[in-house]
Parts: sequence; C-alpha cells; structure tokens
Amino acid sequence: MSTPLLSLSGLTKAYPGVVANDNVSFEIQPGEVHALLGENGAGKSTLVKMIYGLVRPDSGQMMLHGKPFAPTRPSAARAAGVAMVFQHFSLFDALNVAENVALGMENPPPMGDLATRIRDVSATYGLPLDPSRTVGELSAGERQRVEIIRCLLQDPRLLIMDEPTSVLTPQEVDILFETLRKLTSEGVAILYISHKLEEIRTLCDHATILRLGKNVGTCIPRETSARDMAELMVGSAFAAPERARRNLGEVALELRDLNAASPSAFGTSLKGISLSVQQGEILGLGGVAGNGQDELLAALSGEIRSDAEAVRFMGEPIGRLGPGPRRKMGLLTAPEERLGHAAAPDMSLTENALLTGAEREHLMQRGFLRWGAAEAFARRIISAFDVRTPGPDVAARALSGGNLQKFVIGREVMQRPSVLVVNQPTWGVDAAAAAAIRQALLDLAAKGTAIICISQDLDELMEISDRFGALNEGRLSEIRPAQGLSVDEIGLMMGGAHGMEVAHV
Amino acid sequence: MLRLEQRPQPSRMWVYLTPLVAVVITMIAGGALFAALGKSPVEAIATIFWEPLFGEFAFYYRPQLLVKAAPLILIAIGLSLGFRAGIWNIGAEGQYILGAICGAGVALAAYPSENVLIFPAMIVAGAFGGWAWGMIPALLRVKFGTNEILVSLMLVYVAEQLLAAMSLGLMRNPEGHGFPGSRNLQQYEAAHNAELITGSGLHWGVAAALIAVIFAYILLNRHILGYHIRLTGQAPRAARFAGVRPNRLILFCLGTSGALAGLAGMFEVAGPSGQISIDFNVGYGFTAIIVAFLGRLHPVGIMLAGLLMALTYIGGEIAQSNLQLPAAAIQLFQGMLLFFLLAVDVLVQFRLRWIRTEAA
Amino acid sequence: MDLSSINPILLLASLMVAATPILLAALGELVVERAGVLNLGVEGMMITGAICGFAIAVETGSPVVGFIGAALGGALLSLLFAGLTQFALANQVASGLALTLFGLGLSALLGQSYVGVKPPPTAKLDIPLLGDIPVLGPIVFAHDWMVYFGLALTLVVWALLKFTRAGLILRAVGENHDAAHALGYKVVRVRVLAILFGGACAGMGGAYLSLVRVPQWTEGMTAGAGWIALALVVFASWKAGRVLLGAYLFGGVTVLQLNLQAAGVDIPVEYLSMSPYLITILVLVILSADRSRAPGSLGRVFHASS
Repeated sequence: MSTPLLSLSGLTKAYPGVVANDNVSFEIQPGEVHALLGENGAGKSTLVKMIYGLVRPDSGQMMLHGKPFAPTRPSAARAAGVAMVFQHFSLFDALNVAENVALGMENPPPMGDLATRIRDVSATYGLPLDPSRTVGELSAGERQRVEIIRCLLQDPRLLIMDEPTSVLTPQEVDILFETLRKLTSEGVAILYISHKLEEIRTLCDHATILRLGKNVGTCIPRETSARDMAELMVGSAFAAPERARRNLGEVALELRDLNAASPSAFGTSLKGISLSVQQGEILGLGGVAGNGQDELLAALSGEIRSDAEAVRFMGEPIGRLGPGPRRKMGLLTAPEERLGHAAAPDMSLTENALLTGAEREHLMQRGFLRWGAAEAFARRIISAFDVRTPGPDVAARALSGGNLQKFVIGREVMQRPSVLVVNQPTWGVDAAAAAAIRQALLDLAAKGTAIICISQDLDELMEISDRFGALNEGRLSEIRPAQGLSVDEIGLMMGGAHGMEVAHV
Repeated sequence: MLRLEQRPQPSRMWVYLTPLVAVVITMIAGGALFAALGKSPVEAIATIFWEPLFGEFAFYYRPQLLVKAAPLILIAIGLSLGFRAGIWNIGAEGQYILGAICGAGVALAAYPSENVLIFPAMIVAGAFGGWAWGMIPALLRVKFGTNEILVSLMLVYVAEQLLAAMSLGLMRNPEGHGFPGSRNLQQYEAAHNAELITGSGLHWGVAAALIAVIFAYILLNRHILGYHIRLTGQAPRAARFAGVRPNRLILFCLGTSGALAGLAGMFEVAGPSGQISIDFNVGYGFTAIIVAFLGRLHPVGIMLAGLLMALTYIGGEIAQSNLQLPAAAIQLFQGMLLFFLLAVDVLVQFRLRWIRTEAA
Repeated sequence: MDLSSINPILLLASLMVAATPILLAALGELVVERAGVLNLGVEGMMITGAICGFAIAVETGSPVVGFIGAALGGALLSLLFAGLTQFALANQVASGLALTLFGLGLSALLGQSYVGVKPPPTAKLDIPLLGDIPVLGPIVFAHDWMVYFGLALTLVVWALLKFTRAGLILRAVGENHDAAHALGYKVVRVRVLAILFGGACAGMGGAYLSLVRVPQWTEGMTAGAGWIALALVVFASWKAGRVLLGAYLFGGVTVLQLNLQAAGVDIPVEYLSMSPYLITILVLVILSADRSRAPGSLGRVFHASS
C-alpha cells in the first residue's frame, strides 16, 4: 500500500470542561474522498482546525506524505498543500472576488494576473465567476465557488470541505460533485465533513465516524447502509416523530403579495409573497440560506413592517403592527439565530423567558415586572422541554446549542400560540434534541396551531410538513402537498441550479 | 503565557470587586505619579482620601463632599441609562450648561420678584434646557441616523460659547460694573438653592440626586422599560425581536440624561456657584462618565462612585494648597481610575489562565 | 464691519494651514477604523502630541525632532488604548473616552512649565520658482513642510489601502475579523499596528497646532479638533481622498470665521466661534444617510475562541 497522504495518530485536544478530540486516528490516501461524519459537537471542526493549523493538538501526531506535519498557522498548512473551504466566516462581503481570493493565498500574483488565473481555473472546473464582483452580492452557491477557487489556485494536495452542501440546491450539489470527482481524478484528496448520509454514500470512498470526540468506527459508505452509519454516529436509534392525524381548521395566517426591503446591506428583499396556513397545518418552507428566510421571519414577527393588508391574522390586517401586539394576538415566532436574536446571551434564562413571554404569560403588571412569575415560567419551560441546565439563573450562552434551542422553541410553544413561525428549528442541534423539537411542533399542530417551519434541512421538512414551498431570491415558489414530492422537484422549486453551468469534465 | 478564557457566565464576584481593585491600583499608580513629581506618595494619597473625611477640617469638607457629589451622581445616573442601552451621550457637559442657563434665565427674568413659584419654575426650566439640548443629538440620530457621540460632544463646545455669550451679553449683571457674569443668585432669596439644613451641604440638588438613584434603581430592576434598556445594550437584535422600538429608547435615554444633567446645572448655578459666568462649568459632565462606569452603571454603585470622585476633587484641592500638587495631577489621577477600571473589567467576563504550551 | 479687509489669497493660503492638524489626525483615525477599531481618543492623543512636540521642540530647538517626539508621544498613548481594547477586550467607546480624559490630564501636567514659551519656528519650504507664481504661489507653494507632509501622507495612505497587500489585509481585518482569523491573519497584531499609526498621526496633528498654527502651549488647546477629525472620517466615507477634501472644507470654515471675527462683523464673537462645530454637525447629518461603507467589524470586540 502506498504512503498515505495524511495520517493522524492519537490526536487529542481538550478545552476546559470538554474533550473535543480524544485519541483520534485515521489515514487519507491520495485521490480519495474521505468522509468525516458526526453529529454537531462531535469534534469534527476541532479536528480540521488542527489539520489546518488554527488549533494545536495537546498530543498526537500528524504525518503528511510520510513526514511529520505540525502546522502552527494556516499559512503553513497552505504552504504544505492543505486547503480548506469553510462552512462560515471566511469571506469578506465588501471586498471583490479577486481580493477575497488573494487573501487566501500565500504569494498572490498582481491583481491583473490573478483575475486571469481566476477565469482560467473557473473555466477548467466549470465554476464561472467574475473576479471583479463584490462578494456580498453573490448567491450562496457562488460564494462557495469563491472559496473553492481560492483553494484550487494553490494546487492543494488535500482539500478540506466543511459541510459544503448545506448552502446548495440538489442540482447545485450534483455540479459540485462533478467538480470534486474531477479533482480526485487528478490525485487530490478530499476530506469531506458532513452529517448527510446519502450524500456521503454517493461521493465518498471511506468514512471515519466521530462521536463525542472519539473515533467510533470507519466504513466504506457505498457498502454500508445509511441506517448503520446513523447508529454509529448517534450511538442509539431514535423513534421517528409521530404524525397524528390532524383536522385542519380555518385559515389562521395569510400573506397577500408581501413585499419588504431587507434591513441589511447584503440581505434579500421579499418580493410578492403570498401564502396561507390553516389551523392544525404545518407549512414547510425550504430554500438555500440567504434567499429571504430571515426577512420572512422578521416580516411575520413584526420586526419588519409592511402594508397592513399584506399580513392577515385570523382575517385581521396586521402588517403595520410591531412584535408586541402580534404576540398578544397569538402570532409567535422563533428566529434562527439563538444567541443575540432569539435570546440575549448574557441574560439569565428567567430574563430570557421574559423576552417574549412578558405579555401573554402575565409576567408584568402595569409595566412592573413580576420576577417570581417569570422564574416560574422559565422553570416550566425547563421541565417541559427537558432543558439541561443547573437552573433558571444560568446565562443563556452557558447552555449548549441544543438545550438553548429547546428553551427558545419551548418558550413559544408554552405560550399556546395560534400561529407559530420557526426558522431553522433544529440547526446545529444534536439528533436527540432535534427529534424532541420536531415532535413538539407536531404535537402543537395536533392541538390546532398553524405552523410555518422555515428550514434548510429538506429531510426535516419532508418529515413534518403537510405542504411545501421554497424561497428563492426573496420569492416564494408554488406551494404543493409535501407527500410524493421528488428530490428533483424540490430542487427545481428551490431554483434549480441557479443558472450555474455543469462542470465540463 | 497568559491567556483569556471566556467564563460560561459573567462572574458575580468580579462585578463587585473590579471597582475596588481599580481604585487600589489607581492609588498605587497615582502614588508613583506623585512620587515622580517629588511629593511623598503616602502623604499625597492620605491627603486626598483621608483628610476630607477625618482630618482636622473634616467638619468643613464633609458637607462639600455632598455638594460636589450631587451633580456627578445626578448626571451619571442619566448617562448610565443610555450607556446600558448602547446610546452614548457624552455631551452631558453641554446639557449641564444649558440647564444652568435656562434655570438662571427664569430667575434673572423674574428678578426681583420674591414669588415662591420662582424656584420650582427654575427647576422645570433647568430640566427642560438640558432635555432640549439632549434631544438635538437624539432627534438627529432618530431622523437621520447621525452619530450621537459626535453630535452631543460638538454641542458641548457650542454650549460653552453660548455660556460665554450669555455671561458677556444677555445675562450680564447690569449692576456688575461691566464685569462678565450674571447677578449672584445666592443673594436672590426666591431663586437661591440654599442648604436645607445649615452646614450640612444638603441642598435641593442632593435631594434630587438621591431621588434619581431610587428611581433609576426601580426602573432598571423592576420595570419593563429598564429591562428593555438592558436588553438593547446587550443584544440589540433580540431587543427588536422583543418589540423594543430603538428610536423611542434613544429619545428616552438622551432626553432623560439631558434633563438630569440640566437639573444638575440648574442646582449648581442657583446654589454653590451662584452665577452664570464664563468658567461656570468645571467638567462635571465628563467626570460623570468616569463615575457612571466606576459605579458599574448601577444606581447604588454610581452613588458610591460619585462620593468617591467628589472625595478626589476635594482631597485634590487640599493637596493642591497643602502639598502644591498641581491640579492637572489630580485630573490625571481621575483619568487613570477609568483606565484601570476598564482594564480589570475583563475579569468579569473572562478568566486568566496560565498556559504552558504556546497557543497557536 | 469691513469685509474688504479679508484677503482671499491669504484666506486660501491659511486654509491649508488650518486644515493640516485635522487632516493628519483624521488620516490616522481612517486607518484605525479601516482595521475595524473605533478609537474615540483622538482628542486625547492630539493634545498629548501637542505638548510632547512642543516641549521637545523647545528643549532641542528643532521642530523636526519635536514632530517626531509628538508622533512617539501619540503612539505611546494609543498603546494604552490598544492594551485595553485588544488585550483586555474593553469596550472601545469607553476606552476611547478614557484615553481622551487621560490625555487631557496628562498634557496639562506635562505642559505646566511651558505656558507662555515661544516654540522654534517651523521652516517654510519656499520653493524658489513655484512660490513666486502670482496668486497660486502664495496659496499653494509657500507653506511649512508639514503641510506638504500631510498631503503626501494622504497619498501614501490612499495608495497603501488600495494597492498593497498590507492594505488589503488591513481592510480584510476591519471588514470581518472572524474570517481574517480563520485565514490565519493576526487580527490583534494588525489592529495594534493600526492603532499605533493612528496615535502617531494624531500626535503630529496636535503638534502642528502647538508648533505652527497657534503657536504656543495652552491647556486644552485642541478644543475639539480631535472630535472634528473623527467626524471627518465619517464624512469621508472612510476614503483618504475625501478626508483631504473634508479637512480643507473645515479648514475653510475655521479660517473664514476667524477672518469675519477680525473684520468686526456685527455678530458676537462667540456665535462665530460656534460655527465650526455647528457645521460639523450639519455635515454629519447630511452624510449620515449613507452608512453602508463603514467597515463591517467597526467597534466590535474580537476574541479568538479557538
């Protein structure tokens, strides 16, 4: 057997209170796609940060091309032929494509030459891109291209990709895979991080599975069932959410030609959105990140106002009302960003319970706060939703993602909403918490609440929604019954390949 | 090497401890500074912190403590509301001046009437003057998104010029033989902010400061508006989600802090200072920023910090006359306090850790 | 009132002089803000520079050494701000205010023995031929060398930010510090260097006030120039060229206002003295509609969690 491209042995990294990686070992061969599989919090990102030189291991060894490899900085890793496409946080919105690419290179050529090389590489790999465009104006898929091209310009031997398909439509995923296959045929190895099993079965040659920081197994994905991999990843099987048969009532919320400008510079404005949702119904809204999801939630919560007639709640026009009055009527929402939007990080859970519950739960009297009642409400949420925390005095940011998400969703569910709108209810949450949250939504719908679930997780939407629609560049697709929709149909509703060309391999 | 590590949640202990640690470090650094100026550090520090309270002439200085602390506390309470919400009014000095001008204006217009309503009218006018001056940056911020820090600060210089114009022109004492400055309100009984108990230093401004402390405490801890103020400062997006209207909060915070600074100015001009003059303002509006932070933006903390800062003013004056310590050294000493406070404040959110291996 | 006593040539010439201190300070702050840091301590660094430059120039007899000393003094003071905000992760607004209060006290203390002293004159660059051109000569070519230094610095800052890799990295750090960190750039190091540069520029701007523009030392002599410089950066939408334009505009207002005072216009002096501040507010209002160009990470605390 040839020398592996990269071999890791006994890598360990501990942070205060948590061992992120515990004695992890595996090997990557040249030209293979190696999957790194695990739940949120399993230690995948810490592991790749060590390979990329952002974090130093406490112990253990890495070998690249058979030689010891211990990068102290990302630039050292890049110089050794390791490149990385990040899931978040690595592009500069206000800079143009060429500048963004230059920042990821050690010795970039002059801007003029660089632009030419960007065009060359993008043509070779079927990733068309204009070097002079401002990155903030690009779609999610195009932004990812910027990152990939940035990597390719350095002739990497190992390309690390962190959840690359979470921002793509199914059609765009196919295009990406074509590009990746072309790369592996040239001998480049790819370390592919994901928790999407089907994807890994299509693309990857080997898989290493992490759970709670430990390497719990390796497998050949093509020969392993998704179910077996899931069990390795999660450690136990979960009951799929139960769908009770529901009776649909009258229309609870209706949008008619809703238009709203985005409050942020590089946001997406909503254009002519119309939909309605009935009591007891769950409407799932899919779409790639950044296509108006945040704006839609804000327009429903009252953070963005619109024409009065554009939003109707139980027949009443409420487009001009703010979050307070809407909440009072029974229209509750839970935004995607837990820390800083749905909850104040440094405030206690009691204070955060007050954030949306003050009015409906009678936590104040003529403006004066009833702290005792607020704490009791927080305790009720904690026990009803199994939030793991020492108590309601703990600051929100001290909770794990899953627990805080349960608290945030629970806070709204406990207030018996007539309409509940959630955005990415299980994003970055472990499987157990995700299952609990989905079940809670289904149970709530069974009691007659109308629910709009905005999510980028298509499996989730197919699991719980009655009807499905997709957001694309601030517009809403036709809404269709969820049952019987094929992946291709869903992809086309999400905007297909967004005009991207397929790699000409 | 030392590394900062975020605490899972803010340390309660350090919230209370940091101001004390900052004061101690400032005493040490200040001592070094005084030593560098050729003064005995122990004697200088003792003069500043001990003499006014327990020295031979403490009976004279103790009331002075209240007189100096009242405007500082009054202004700092107002500032702290805005600071908590991330609304930075740093033009309290200007609002203080305008409060004084408006308050004195009412008195001078009514002179020599002895109507009992004059003093209440002055209070209203003083609060209004400061409020109006504070509303300028507030309205510009709300209507045009103009940075309130720069506007409120620019307005300090405008207010200072206005003060000069008033003491040289409109408000000049007609019986003052052409000297700049208004009539002395201490000699105008209906307008005089006299001591409530002779020799105690306790004038209406002190009472107002105490009331402000109590109101601010209730507002911040028991009322939804105070909760919204804190929420806006910590997580602006969550505040909007909760239904807070940022613009209303800006108007409220800048208006309130302006009104309180205006009140402070009015009580000062009608009492301890007595007249509108070119050098009426002595920087209380800026020192109050230090007081607000030193008091952790907490009403009770601000009260204590205001007293401490008043102590450095009075002790500083004693040190000036007894030890020939330059006035600027005291000013620097106060500046240091804010510096050290901000530096040790990091321990509330972070803890220091000694890490052997060099971190990447 | 005698408006004819105002000589337009002298007015324009003194405009360049009046603009230089805020130009220098604003250029420094521009670089700091493009790196994502909001340093409100410009006033404090300027006044510290004013006294450092003044004292050193008086002691050495050399204005050049004075300006270098002022730059060092300003940079040294800004190091305190860097320590607070980059290492102790303190709030930048509060730290900037602290710097200003501290600088005002420090300068007053340092300057005690220099009140009423005359500084050595700063050399004028009398460019032989150009300076003799009628009208244009005295306006543009007959100033002290610091005026030209300010112009050159504008050009350097502009070119550095636009064309060099260092400038690109600086902008990247200011735009998105998390992304810059993920790519392996030393966010804190870049910012500390920017803060030092800002301090040095503010220091020189202050020294220009005490050594050339006034020229003498008085307590609190910057009188808000540092704050105007801060406003100028907003006015300029974080672009070096527009900082120059803005500085000349404010310089013009100041000079005109002084000339009107001297000409004995029938308005009390105090109201004329307000005008630069009022115009600053006015300009801020007009320009605050467009905030889109502000660096993305401006004023945000950076702490590398990994």
